Amino acid sequence: MQTVTRDMLVSRAKALLADGTVDRVLGWKAGEFTYDVTPGVFTDADAMEKEFVYGDFCGANFSKYLLTEARKTEKKVLVFLKPCDTYSFNQLLTEHRFDREKVYAIGIPCDGMLDIHKIRTLSAEGVTGIDTDGESVTVHTLYDGDKTVARADALAERCVNCKSKKHVAYDELLGEDGEIIDSARFDEVAAIEKMTPDERFAFWQDALSRCIRCNACRDVCPACTCEKCVFDNPNSGVENKSPANSFEEQMFHIIRAFHVAGRCTDCGECSRVCPQHIPLHLLNRKFIKDIDEFYGEYQAGEKVGSRAPLVDFMTGDLEPSEAVKRGETNA
Amino acid sequence: MQVTEYKPKIVAFCCNWCSYAGADLAGNNRLNYPDNIKIIRVPCSCRVNPMFILRAFQRGADGVILCGCHPGDCHYTSGNYYTRRRMALLFSMLSYLGIEKERTRVEWVSAAEGAKFAATMNEFSAQVAALGENKRLEDLRCKP
Repeated sequence: MQTVTRDMLVSRAKALLADGTVDRVLGWKAGEFTYDVTPGVFTDADAMEKEFVYGDFCGANFSKYLLTEARKTEKKVLVFLKPCDTYSFNQLLTEHRFDREKVYAIGIPCDGMLDIHKIRTLSAEGVTGIDTDGESVTVHTLYDGDKTVARADALAERCVNCKSKKHVAYDELLGEDGEIIDSARFDEVAAIEKMTPDERFAFWQDALSRCIRCNACRDVCPACTCEKCVFDNPNSGVENKSPANSFEEQMFHIIRAFHVAGRCTDCGECSRVCPQHIPLHLLNRKFIKDIDEFYGEYQAGEKVGSRAPLVDFMTGDLEPSEAVKRGETNA
Repeated sequence: MQVTEYKPKIVAFCCNWCSYAGADLAGNNRLNYPDNIKIIRVPCSCRVNPMFILRAFQRGADGVILCGCHPGDCHYTSGNYYTRRRMALLFSMLSYLGIEKERTRVEWVSAAEGAKFAATMNEFSAQVAALGENKRLEDLRCKP
């Protein structure tokens, strides 16, 4: 259950549509099942009444949609932002990716979103419907009847390690603002660093070899906003998969993570959309962890206009050899 | 059958203003460095995109070394400072993925340091030779 309800969002959006402040609304549209909610654009109140949903599976971060939607509007686009989405919102503003004047942002509190993959793993296949109530999640399944799992166990990874419940950007806030959380999000990265190189290699081979190069992680990432992408170049050398070894997955994922290093707000969208359940956030977090350790703590998107670490330098920066050694001594 | 000694293939990215001139000086001074070091001249060490390094490994390199002006001496004022941050993160990531950290290196070589260039290349070549062939970042389709 979320503290803000669908009806609160719909009535506020309708009011803003009616008084002419906005002419487009970015929101969540019902999918076939409770859990496959898709992002949608609404332009009238009727459509909102019919199709708008909000619940525990509305994880999509709308910041990136503003790039295209803000250009289409004559007035403003209404966007609902959860706390972690506001960081991406700020980061995109820092990079001048859309016009702030064209956006009306409503901050909404978030109680953590659920992960359907986790629910399937915990309960059963053939999930037909999900009811959430307080601390428990009731899963209706096709073959095994109803099952109950604890909400805490069904939370998406990024929500388990939530970094902030505080909105860093909004025009209006529904509900109450939270605080920045001192999360344990780097623990998993540290655990991998402690492995031997052979174990690390095996771990990543296992994860990355599942990649089907669908590019979903790139397409959804609010930091990946180039109009022309290096991976769309047929000569990039990463456009298909070698059946024999995994160079291309390694190259794709290293470069994908590197291109957003210092700009990644750790919103976790990449891992959410990955159809193969590759823990992609662990690559991004490694960069964030390294940046924090080498160049001082930096949270992308916390302030509009902050200078990303990779377009900045200090004369006394760490040498690359020292940086690698430091990574090793963590072991 | 003739058994040849294993020689690693090494790509050295050298900046035009310092390291490439350093390599030149090493040559002029008749200092030896291994012939398996293939130098690619770049305008500045900052020109080297992380993709270049991965691509070198894909195409069969066993080690990649990046040489530039000493920090503070960049011909373009600050290029090598950016290189330093980028490569620190990239190499740390490669190590995180389990790729041997000895296969990559950044070294600052000035135009006056011909001896340092030769010594670095000898040492790096020996270090990569000890590791053997690059198996973890190879692309079989690019192998001869």
